[in-house]
Amino acid sequence: MNQSAWDLFWTSLGPIVQGAILGTIPLALASFTIGLALALGLALMRLSRRRWVSGIARVYISIVRGTPLLVQLFVIFYGLPSLGILIDPWPSAVMAFSLNVGGYAAEVIRAAILSVPKGQWEAAYMIGMSHRRALTRIILPQAARVSVPPLSNTFISLVKDTSLASLILVTELFREAQQVAAFSQEFMLLYLEAALVYWVICLGLSSVQSVLEKRLDRYVPH
Amino acid sequence: MSPTDPIDPTEPTAPDAAATSDALLRVRGLQKSFGANQVLQSIDLTVGRGHVLALIGPSGSGKTTILRCLNGLELANGGTIDVADELSVDFAAIPGKSQRAALRDRSAMVFQHYNLFPHKTVLENVLEGPVVVQRRPKAEVEAEALALLDRVGLSAKKDSYPFELSGGQQQRVGIVRALALRPQLLLFDEPTSSLDPELVGDVLRLIKELAVEGWSMVIVTHELEFAREVATEVAFVDGGRIVEHGDPNQLLRHPKEERTRQFLHRLLFPF
Repeated sequence: MNQSAWDLFWTSLGPIVQGAILGTIPLALASFTIGLALALGLALMRLSRRRWVSGIARVYISIVRGTPLLVQLFVIFYGLPSLGILIDPWPSAVMAFSLNVGGYAAEVIRAAILSVPKGQWEAAYMIGMSHRRALTRIILPQAARVSVPPLSNTFISLVKDTSLASLILVTELFREAQQVAAFSQEFMLLYLEAALVYWVICLGLSSVQSVLEKRLDRYVPH
Repeated sequence: MSPTDPIDPTEPTAPDAAATSDALLRVRGLQKSFGANQVLQSIDLTVGRGHVLALIGPSGSGKTTILRCLNGLELANGGTIDVADELSVDFAAIPGKSQRAALRDRSAMVFQHYNLFPHKTVLENVLEGPVVVQRRPKAEVEAEALALLDRVGLSAKKDSYPFELSGGQQQRVGIVRALALRPQLLLFDEPTSSLDPELVGDVLRLIKELAVEGWSMVIVTHELEFAREVATEVAFVDGGRIVEHGDPNQLLRHPKEERTRQFLHRLLFPF
């Protein structure tokens, strides 16, 4: 690379990293937190014996998984205003990503809950626990261990998917790169640089994942 | 035994060996079906205070379902379960939540596959019921739990996780977990069936000690010699009915019913 390319790399790194810290990362964290809460609710609904309760969750999950995230994002940001509902870019993005993560993570959590042996429910009931208490104290802690790897996947996907928010004018990592690229006409350099920053973020997340897995694995044989 | 003795299930649940005449558990006409499959036809049984009832029979005969109905893990479809003179649950209609909870409180179960909580240490497994559910003072329960663990030779393992224990050790923790609940009735569901043969003895010896101390128990087992020695009464269950019941020596050595005889013969001479 020649000197001017290097200079551009270093000067653009500032705004791109800033976009990651102020845009991408908080966007992903907020959406994942809300999405996970939604997913737990949906997973429990899916497991409900009441047909209509599990039916609602089933339909929701099917819609979320069956339509593109970009379309979901556009419906909320560009579509809802025609119904008189105007939502700012940031909350629109958080909303779309949360609803999306909710649908995907619900299936992960449901599978994790089902992976806990039935005998664990029985032992919990036997010592006098209610359904709710058995769930929170006995079943979910064990389901958590199983769901860390697939949920980490969901989160890492989400981090990259937040780049779509640039299309509804949220200032985040990719939008910052785009702006410098448009100005300098150095598309290859800037988009590779954006890719590099995403990759570094995801590397960090992978190591957080292995720490979590180790922590939760202390009670199983190795 | 003093009231502080950990193994003594203190008032009001103390098994009173002197008052063996009155029944602790009385089951009448108990029925259970899963869909079209009637697993329990009409079960009648009685367990006196401090008595041990052993349920034997082929697999699928319904003996485990009887235990599970007693602990409320299955909801019977008909019949009554009375515990002492204080609780009577009629399954003609679906009993309310409080009645089901009351029934469950009376007994504690030891499972074939132990079902310890793998994410909790040995001590935490024992404390979970008394402290979290029964809301008894933690210090008191902990002292009791440690004494119980000591008694089964596992106090050194109190901070271990279940996977670090052998099957026999896990089952002894399972028994301690049940005892710590201070139930009136102990239910054992094939407690040694998943154990390696050399580990069976420890668990059976412990159950026998508990029987001698006056705990009331219902034991589902394939260990005939154990049943003969420990049980006050043996019932042979087949096809969802109690085919025959009576004195262990009598029933196991000189069964009246042909089906009992065939079953015992198959167990004694498997090939």
